[in-house]
Amino acid sequence: MRHVKKPDGFEEMAKAAANKPAAFGEDIDLNQFVHASEELPYEQELALLPEETKRQMLQVGVVPEGGDQRAGTFIQMDHSVVHSLVKQEGVEVMGIGQAVEKYDWLADYLWKAVAVDTDKYTAVVELGQSNGYFIRALPGSKVVYPVQACLYLSKARLAQKVHNIVIAEEDSELHIITGCTSAPRGEPGLHIGVSEFYVKRGARLTFTMIHNWTPEIAVRPRTGIIVEGDGVFISNYVILKPVHSLQMYPVARCTGENAIVRFHSILIATPGSSMDVGSKVLLEARGARGEIVSRAITTGGTITARGYIEGSAPDVKGHLECRGLILGGSGVIYAIPELKGTIPGVDLSHEAAVGKIAEEEIEYLMIRGLTRDEAIAAIVRGFLKAGIEGLPAELNAEVQRAIEASEKTLF
Amino acid sequence: MDTENLLEIKELAVEVGGKEILHHVSLTVKAGETHVLFGPNGSGKTTLFMAIMGLPKYRVTRGSILFKGRDILGLSIDERARLGIGLALQKPPVVRGVKIKDIVATCMKGRASEEAVMRLAEKANMVEFLDREVNYGLSGGETKRSELLQLLAQEPELALLDEPESGVDLVNMALIGDLINELLHKEHPIRGRKHSGLIITHTGHILEYVRARTGYVLLDGRIVCEGDPLEILETIKRKGYEECRKCAM
Repeated sequence: MRHVKKPDGFEEMAKAAANKPAAFGEDIDLNQFVHASEELPYEQELALLPEETKRQMLQVGVVPEGGDQRAGTFIQMDHSVVHSLVKQEGVEVMGIGQAVEKYDWLADYLWKAVAVDTDKYTAVVELGQSNGYFIRALPGSKVVYPVQACLYLSKARLAQKVHNIVIAEEDSELHIITGCTSAPRGEPGLHIGVSEFYVKRGARLTFTMIHNWTPEIAVRPRTGIIVEGDGVFISNYVILKPVHSLQMYPVARCTGENAIVRFHSILIATPGSSMDVGSKVLLEARGARGEIVSRAITTGGTITARGYIEGSAPDVKGHLECRGLILGGSGVIYAIPELKGTIPGVDLSHEAAVGKIAEEEIEYLMIRGLTRDEAIAAIVRGFLKAGIEGLPAELNAEVQRAIEASEKTLF
Repeated sequence: MDTENLLEIKELAVEVGGKEILHHVSLTVKAGETHVLFGPNGSGKTTLFMAIMGLPKYRVTRGSILFKGRDILGLSIDERARLGIGLALQKPPVVRGVKIKDIVATCMKGRASEEAVMRLAEKANMVEFLDREVNYGLSGGETKRSELLQLLAQEPELALLDEPESGVDLVNMALIGDLINELLHKEHPIRGRKHSGLIITHTGHILEYVRARTGYVLLDGRIVCEGDPLEILETIKRKGYEECRKCAM
């Protein structure tokens, strides 16, 4: 396992936070997991990966074969970088360990958008790191196709810990699709992913993350984003399959004038799944804008959908929209939208609605000849799709594919 | 059984929320005919349509509804739709996330293609709305055109049209009339025409564009008059529904 050289101080802070529980979500006992795993071989040809692995990757939008529509690929299994490839000029893709060795300046980006002592999950990543990716778009480069990254949890009972850094340099454009998934077996596992995003002046970064776990896996992403002036960050998060416990609350700071942040998430909680998913936007500079849109469906699981927008600069605007559908009898959706304004002239609003599908809408589609089940499926599909409008065509196709695949198991 | 009777309603009573709204309603629509239903607000016109379509909130407590000679009271909404009954609602709900073009394609079933949807949308002057969510942000007239577009795609043998002219400006009335005439196959000779309609009209304006054979006046849940639709309209215009009420007594 490659350890990353970092400036002094972080290790001490991490040690102090090693037992600090997270603000939200079930407290996971880190000792019940295995923390070491053997080094897996590097694979030059992704086509040679086992069929099962490739199938899992495809389900999270990562194309193992014929990836001509990708600017680059990064695959990590357990603790090992098994594949890393760049196909387009102007973009860099590599393991974080390699990147830290290559660039001295990268130390300035570690633990800057996410505090190392946030909780025991960030601490354990610092204290026993297991790689992660570094993706960077060079200044002014427009990366047409998305870079794809896959974090794959293969070994049973393993705690996979990653630290990712993404930098969109000034005036660049970068799209990333990240698929996080695990081997389809009934063993517990833990995925902790620290991701720090830096969107420089005038840059545009879209980040689409699809999760596909199993009912035994616990997941604790820790994400921070810093967006400079005129920068745009768009996040799309999709989880449609069962998970034991998921808790995340990414925080985006608009530090430069007219910076824009949009979070879209689509969550489906099946029976036994517990999800506590939020998004936070801090509008700290004049003219910054933030939008949080979430669509949550429970068929029996529990979803806490949080949203927080804070405006502390003139002429900022934020909107939060949270909609939940309860399809299963025992499901719970708890929507917590929060707004905070600290100066006059901020424009913040929210709408939240939780309920079942309106009978009137089902009947309307039945009047047009759809069966009851078809009508519900059409409404649910529409409900989910409305959560991810504005995706680039290529990514949109991946997400639609994931939604359509999940529908088959929903009804 | 008279197989020419497309819709045959006998002694129908319908309850909504435990209250009887329709009492002893009987009417028959033969294949190829268009009938109109007059009546003041709250007289039970929409309730009759909902009961024909089979919406569970509208509970039939007595009487029968036969469609093409078949008792349809035990059938679900979608089964009735697939048998050939189409309903254009007066105030259809917004269905977020479902686009008009998707619902039109669904209505066309096996006949759907992008060109076919586009052709119908052009007729209904709805091309620019195809990507709009169903009924979201549509004006009164646009809603009516959207409903008729969906029915044209469905091609029902019996079209139930609930106030197709309400909220439609004069410029669009002729288009609404054209669409209804196409839906009811009015260009076909009367003899051999299969498509039929039952139209609820509050104002009677639609009769300037669409010919109907029979008119009914529904008052307080009862049909109190049956006859030439234009003659009935004339009477209502001159003397109001009070005159009909006298007839009912």
